[in-house]
Amino acid sequence: MRPFTYERASDPQAAVKAAAETPGAKFIAGGTNLLDLMKLEIERPAHLIDVGRLPLAGIEDAPDGGLRIGAMASNSKVAADRRVRERYPVLAQAIVSGASGQLRNKASTGGNLLQRTRCPYFYDTTKPCNKREPGAGCAALEGLNREAAILGTSFACIAVHPSDMAVAMVALDAEVETLAPSGQARRFPLMELHRLPGETPHIETHLTPGELITAVVLPPPPEGGQLYRKARDRASYATALSSVAVAGGRIALGGVAHKPWRAVNAEAALAQGASPQEAMQAELADAVSAGENEFKITLTARLGAATIEQAGGRR
Amino acid sequence: MKTTITVNGEARTLDLDPRTTLLDALREHLRLTGTKKGCDHGQCGACTVLVNGVRINSCLSLAVMHDGDEVTTVEGLGTPERLHPLQQAFLTEDAFQCGYCTPGQLCSAVGMLSELEAGLPSHVTPDVAARPEPSDEEIRERMSGNICRCSAYPQIVAAIRRAREVMA
Ligand SMILES: Cc1cc2nc3c(=O)[nH]c(=O)nc-3n(C[C@H](O)[C@H](O)[C@H](O)COP(=O)(O)OP(=O)(O)OC[C@H]3O[C@@H](n4cnc5c(N)ncnc54)[C@H](O)[C@@H]3O)c2cc1C
Ligand code: SF4
Ligand code: FES
Ligand code: FES
Repeated sequence: MRPFTYERASDPQAAVKAAAETPGAKFIAGGTNLLDLMKLEIERPAHLIDVGRLPLAGIEDAPDGGLRIGAMASNSKVAADRRVRERYPVLAQAIVSGASGQLRNKASTGGNLLQRTRCPYFYDTTKPCNKREPGAGCAALEGLNREAAILGTSFACIAVHPSDMAVAMVALDAEVETLAPSGQARRFPLMELHRLPGETPHIETHLTPGELITAVVLPPPPEGGQLYRKARDRASYATALSSVAVAGGRIALGGVAHKPWRAVNAEAALAQGASPQEAMQAELADAVSAGENEFKITLTARLGAATIEQAGGRR
Repeated sequence: MKTTITVNGEARTLDLDPRTTLLDALREHLRLTGTKKGCDHGQCGACTVLVNGVRINSCLSLAVMHDGDEVTTVEGLGTPERLHPLQQAFLTEDAFQCGYCTPGQLCSAVGMLSELEAGLPSHVTPDVAARPEPSDEEIRERMSGNICRCSAYPQIVAAIRRAREVMA
């Protein structure tokens, strides 16, 4: 690990100010993704701002009947929350399908959204990777790409975003609240947080430098059933090959793109009376295989259709 | 950096390079070598300890992030004379071979049983809104963050089931 200096932020304003003023600064929340990458020197922050004890861990009822989840609320705390379990079961299901009990106890809501890809070449510093080193090339294009994306890919990067939680939140039409170093707070749809790789896969979000995620806000639960299903290589403790979150008429896919993928074409098809199978065909019409991940197209079509059908019969 | 952590009931002040993980602080600085380093990347669970009663992977946490926290390691669970019910159950059920994963399994099981007691749902809970049953399936899923290279899994599940009954 490269040397760095460390401070614990006293309040959100101080945290964003320090982030803007200190070269090479990064926030650390649970640390479960950042420290993993720092040990491999893939992340090399010169300064860490510990935001883990900021008073942003609460989960509060929102005035409109929704729920406001503080960015520091741990994944375990969110999945254990009675309101989440009863009114947003798809979110509790998605969270408990990810990582392990120990990791979820440390993983924060904000850190989970901003976790980086688990593409094997991003982790292997002896191989070219545009995300790690812009312009170096992408080893996954011609390499082991069984886990790679099938939607929204580019010639620069075919990696997937590994979060389960974010997929459910996108299906729930969540919004993100942030605080910028200027002191400006803003709120925008979670769907607009992450970017597709395009030619700049190293730029992963639309956050500005030093901007801190302070909360995720869920609108009131939609009418209709909710369900999260995840297909993976092991029964537990593995990231998704493909996952599907259904919340009423809204659908999001995980493990298939550089961001949690809102399946707007499938939603539109369903709204016009298409069958779940037809809706998934519509969503995957533009899906492309990189070689070894060809199976994901069929897997996602079937998993999506089955999840839509099953969610229909649920709370 | 000066950091004070209460480890197994005793306040310990250390002057640490900020890079020191909680795992390395315990093993290399406090000489509490019960907690094991398997992968050092959150993938095996050998380093599991309890922080303020909650299980975490000590390899993916910096010691300086734990100033003021209370940490319990396997050394703090019981003593050879007075074993923790889980330690006794692991002996009774023969729940290990090499023993390398065992300290992590024990700390993880302590944390896991209180999560189950508190009603936290898991991936195998049929209805996340309902209270989970303490079934073997639930125990297996909740312990999936602890890998056992010797594959003592059936005995580990049996030991946890036994300890849970004793502790109840
Ligand atoms: C073995 C293993 C298996 C895993 N399996 C899964 C899985 O199956 N599914 C899944 O979804 N996840 C999985 N994960 C990932 C895990 O969920 C993430 O590591 C965790 O959610 C990250 O949260 P954190 O608080 O620890 O983030 P940190 O590591 O603290 O931070 C991650 C990034 O977010 C930034 N950041 C953190 N908080 C904020 C904030 N409030 N505002 C702005 N920036 C911020 C940090 O600067 C950093 O860049 C796995 C991890 C491991 C190690
Ligand atoms: S897919 Fe993206 S993350 Fe993976 S090697 Fe290519 S550029 Fe890097
Ligand atoms: S050593 Fe921490 S999880 Fe493997
Ligand atoms: S007993 Fe050997 S690794 Fe578990």
